[in-house]
Amino acid sequence: MSYEELLKEMALADERMVVMTAENRALVRNLPAVLKDRFIDTGITEQCMIGAAAGLALRGRIPVVHALSAFLSMRAFEFIRTDVGIANLPVKLSSFIPGFLSDGNGPTHQAIEDVSLMRGIPGMQVFAPADELDLVTALPKIWGSPHPSYVRINIRKTDFKHDPNFEIGKAEIISTGTDVTLLVYGLLFEETLKTKILLEKEGLSVGMINMRSLKPIDEKAILEAARKSQLLVTIEDHFQTGGLYTIVAETFLRHQCTAHVLSLALAEKWFKPALLAEVLKYEGFTGEKMAAKIMTELSKKTVSKA
Amino acid sequence: MTEDKRKELESISLRVREHIINLSTDGGCFTGASLSCTDLLVYLYADFLNLHKGNLQDPNRDYLFLSKGHDVPAMYGTFAELGIMDKDRLKNHLQTTDSVYWHPNRNVPGVEFHSGSLGHLPSVAMGVALDVRMRKQNNKVLVITGDGELNEGSVWEAVLVAAAHQLNNLTFVVDRNQFQANVATEDLIPLEPLTDKFEAFGCSVQRINGHDFEALEKAFRALPFDSKKPSVIIADTVRGKGLPSIEARADRWFCNFNKDEIQSLLKELHGADTTNLESETLIVR
Repeated sequence: MSYEELLKEMALADERMVVMTAENRALVRNLPAVLKDRFIDTGITEQCMIGAAAGLALRGRIPVVHALSAFLSMRAFEFIRTDVGIANLPVKLSSFIPGFLSDGNGPTHQAIEDVSLMRGIPGMQVFAPADELDLVTALPKIWGSPHPSYVRINIRKTDFKHDPNFEIGKAEIISTGTDVTLLVYGLLFEETLKTKILLEKEGLSVGMINMRSLKPIDEKAILEAARKSQLLVTIEDHFQTGGLYTIVAETFLRHQCTAHVLSLALAEKWFKPALLAEVLKYEGFTGEKMAAKIMTELSKKTVSKA
Repeated sequence: MTEDKRKELESISLRVREHIINLSTDGGCFTGASLSCTDLLVYLYADFLNLHKGNLQDPNRDYLFLSKGHDVPAMYGTFAELGIMDKDRLKNHLQTTDSVYWHPNRNVPGVEFHSGSLGHLPSVAMGVALDVRMRKQNNKVLVITGDGELNEGSVWEAVLVAAAHQLNNLTFVVDRNQFQANVATEDLIPLEPLTDKFEAFGCSVQRINGHDFEALEKAFRALPFDSKKPSVIIADTVRGKGLPSIEARADRWFCNFNKDEIQSLLKELHGADTTNLESETLIVR
């Protein structure tokens, strides 16, 4: 089932749902004809759309709101924080082309601080599904929750069969391992699977976790991985500050523990604009390049121990 | 409007202005901006809106959103006089034991939505108006903005979108007191010709004296001005209205008076000579 089919089905079954967009119709092209006046396109007005979504939610609606990630998370940030956040309204943000998915658009369109911004809003839940199946598995519970949410929309298809039992605040444990555990969210899931296989070919015991619910976060999964593995790797198409690496650090501080953690993220930089496959190569996020970095990190660890 | 009705509204307004003056000490409040829209709020809550203490949660009620949230003393004073809010709560101004502070919030009955950050509630009200129309209801949805607030681009986004959706159930009301925080609007970001601006954005506009109850009644009872457009009422007002010693003064927006000044201002409100104000003028922004 596609994102649009799921949204259509759920909206038709629940009069409270309205679909909104700031003229970003890529995901919802066929819905105006089906939903009629419950499809509201406010034009290129991200702030106004969020304010209107708050107004609709005040009247008992559940607005599912669409815009490009950079403009949704930043142009409209204060409206999300002030109108949706303070009132804790069930406005559901569908953030289109987050992270590396903005591929050739350039830094204006790169939402690589969105997780950091959104998780800072009290009550806001934040999700980053690994692929289309993971996305449509998660959305019914996310949209059914009484809380506001921000979802990094990811409609790429992979062959992976995800656990159909999605729970808010629960990670998906793909495997457990004693040498290294890979913590990943969003579209880098696919490349990380390749990394996992490459590391296993080197004889390593590799854990991998799909951190699809970033807020609330599955602390137990992180802490268990830290106890079990020699090395944790956080993998994200996000600035190094404020995303998963930071979430892991906060989790350790809260539980008075630490671990050897390698962060694969964008450290103080925007990424080179190109088609996605080229971005992954250039920025070092292919399965091969990540595996090589992890092997280097593990060899350093061996040396320092010696 | 009957003579009795006008006198009743004037008498409520006078008491609301007393509340505003009494809130202008021990930390103070946005006195000037509150006094400019007092008559407007009193007219709307006491006479025009289908909204009273008995129907605050009724989905068929009329909605008033106060987007220029810093004039909340005028709103709370009106609520207190009309029994929507317990009058004693005004004594809790700025106390941590209550939620009566410088901007509106929904812990006070009658407040539809919090405000304070300018340029937000035109969009929120527009969303409510969309839903009212979707449900084929007849509620009126009003949103009051300041004139300085019209600097915010998000106001004009909401006006554009409301016009695109032909929301004739939505009315933007501008408290045109000629001042933004520290300076006259026309000296900083000129707004005139303001009627033309709203008309060019697809609204139907009336401009009236915002202190004249009969003019207010005539304009609001004529809503909607056009069946295919949102309406705009530009209410020409005076900052600090009712207190000649602070009227139309750029430096008397937020006021924190001493107790003697408060007593003198209360007398001034009732016709005594102007007050000699010595407390510091505050520049907040």
